[in-house]
Amino acid sequence: MPTPSGRRVVVTGTGVLCALGSNSAECWDALREGHSGIAPIQSVEMTGLRFRNGAEARGFRPEDHFEASRCDLIDRFAQFAVVAARQAVSEAGLDLSGPARARVAVITGTSMGGQTSLDRGFAAIYKEGKPRPHPFTIPLTMYNAGASQISMDLGITGPAYTISTACASATHAIGQAYWMVRSGVVEAALCGGSEAPFSPGILRAWEAMRVVTPDVCRPFSRDRRGLTLGEGGAMLVLEPAWRAVARGARILGEVVGFGMSSDASHVTQPSVEGPVAAMAAALGDAQIEPTSVDYINAHGTGTPVNDATETRAIRRLFGAHAEKLAISSTKSTHGHALGAAGALEAFATLMALREGVLPPTISFNEADPECDLDVIPNVARNRQAEFGLSNSFAFGGLNAVLAFRRWA
Amino acid sequence: MDESLATKVIAEIAAVKRIPIESITIDSTFEELAMDSLDAMNLLFSLEEHFGISIPDEAANSIKDIRSAVAGVERILAEKNSAQG
Repeated sequence: MPTPSGRRVVVTGTGVLCALGSNSAECWDALREGHSGIAPIQSVEMTGLRFRNGAEARGFRPEDHFEASRCDLIDRFAQFAVVAARQAVSEAGLDLSGPARARVAVITGTSMGGQTSLDRGFAAIYKEGKPRPHPFTIPLTMYNAGASQISMDLGITGPAYTISTACASATHAIGQAYWMVRSGVVEAALCGGSEAPFSPGILRAWEAMRVVTPDVCRPFSRDRRGLTLGEGGAMLVLEPAWRAVARGARILGEVVGFGMSSDASHVTQPSVEGPVAAMAAALGDAQIEPTSVDYINAHGTGTPVNDATETRAIRRLFGAHAEKLAISSTKSTHGHALGAAGALEAFATLMALREGVLPPTISFNEADPECDLDVIPNVARNRQAEFGLSNSFAFGGLNAVLAFRRWA
Repeated sequence: MDESLATKVIAEIAAVKRIPIESITIDSTFEELAMDSLDAMNLLFSLEEHFGISIPDEAANSIKDIRSAVAGVERILAEKNSAQG
């Protein structure tokens, strides 16, 4: 039955690769078991940096997925996007032959795009004294490379574009795609995000911001000291519920709401009001009361400021119901994959509702009075949640929240 | 035509296209080698790197096969040497 605002929208396919594994099944197992994907960074020479750890997708070998000549033309972040998209379409059993492919959207998110390739190109100029970078630097670097490469790889000819809103990129992308499917602009969408930030220049830029922990990311723990960078990609296939049911697709869960806001205050200091407004907007879009929510996959970066501020925002919006909420930050396992984070976490939220298991916040040592919520420390919780939110709050004060419902 | 220069150009094309050197002859055209515009761009870049030259856009546009590539590089190298000499 259509909702007052449009058609019901479900997720029928997921594709995920990150430090936790090379597909959805491996990544969900690791999330549920609370395995950490964080380890000393291997792909970049780390001498002289104040941090050592990252969440690299170590199992990923481009040559397993692309012809050698094509590898040169696709930055790692776009490779993640394409591989995740292939997995999602395969899992959904989505037919992309014939005219149907013109009615499918591809909406990707990324924070840094192909800056790893740009970094390499600039190193050639400034460090090695070469006259120019490699001629593929522009197509490698462009932020829309993920969306473009997916559309080329899968032959999708519908609307395709990229949203870059720092750490909220993928959440904005999924939310946009959700609204497009709900309103009937398209009949299906591939949406999510990807990121590959491990290059010498990018890591030093993050170091200079002094938000990366020298240790491991410990969201909501009193001894948290910052975030741990991660990489990876995750894509979802969204389609109208009636069509998914009609074609006998396996339905993984329902997207029921999307909300956005901007802090309009500080470029890196988060506000309480912005996240409250975004969560409230997602609940309003879903037409559910705050008391219906059981689980929140928090933005939970592990920085001292974010986690305390997010806690205050949750308390302000949910009031007494905050005591009944179960909250976790899966960034403790897959790291902060920036523009891919929202997609990895949407996947985690979806699976948590589907499986009746809420993934834990790992590496948690000690309760913090500033983060006095049930953050599912270290061990997963068996609990059948009906509604879940996935929060993403970006640098620049741009907030995006997705609401999911278990499909039963 | 400088034979050793031709050999080097062919080797660069083989590297760019990831095809065996033996499959390329001095008479091969880019069309025969399935070189698209990106491959051509990549080849020009690797020739510039290899020979330490800069190929202007007008010269680049006239390079459509191995012979014109060799001739183009030959001419630019000659200009470079006479400028230095």
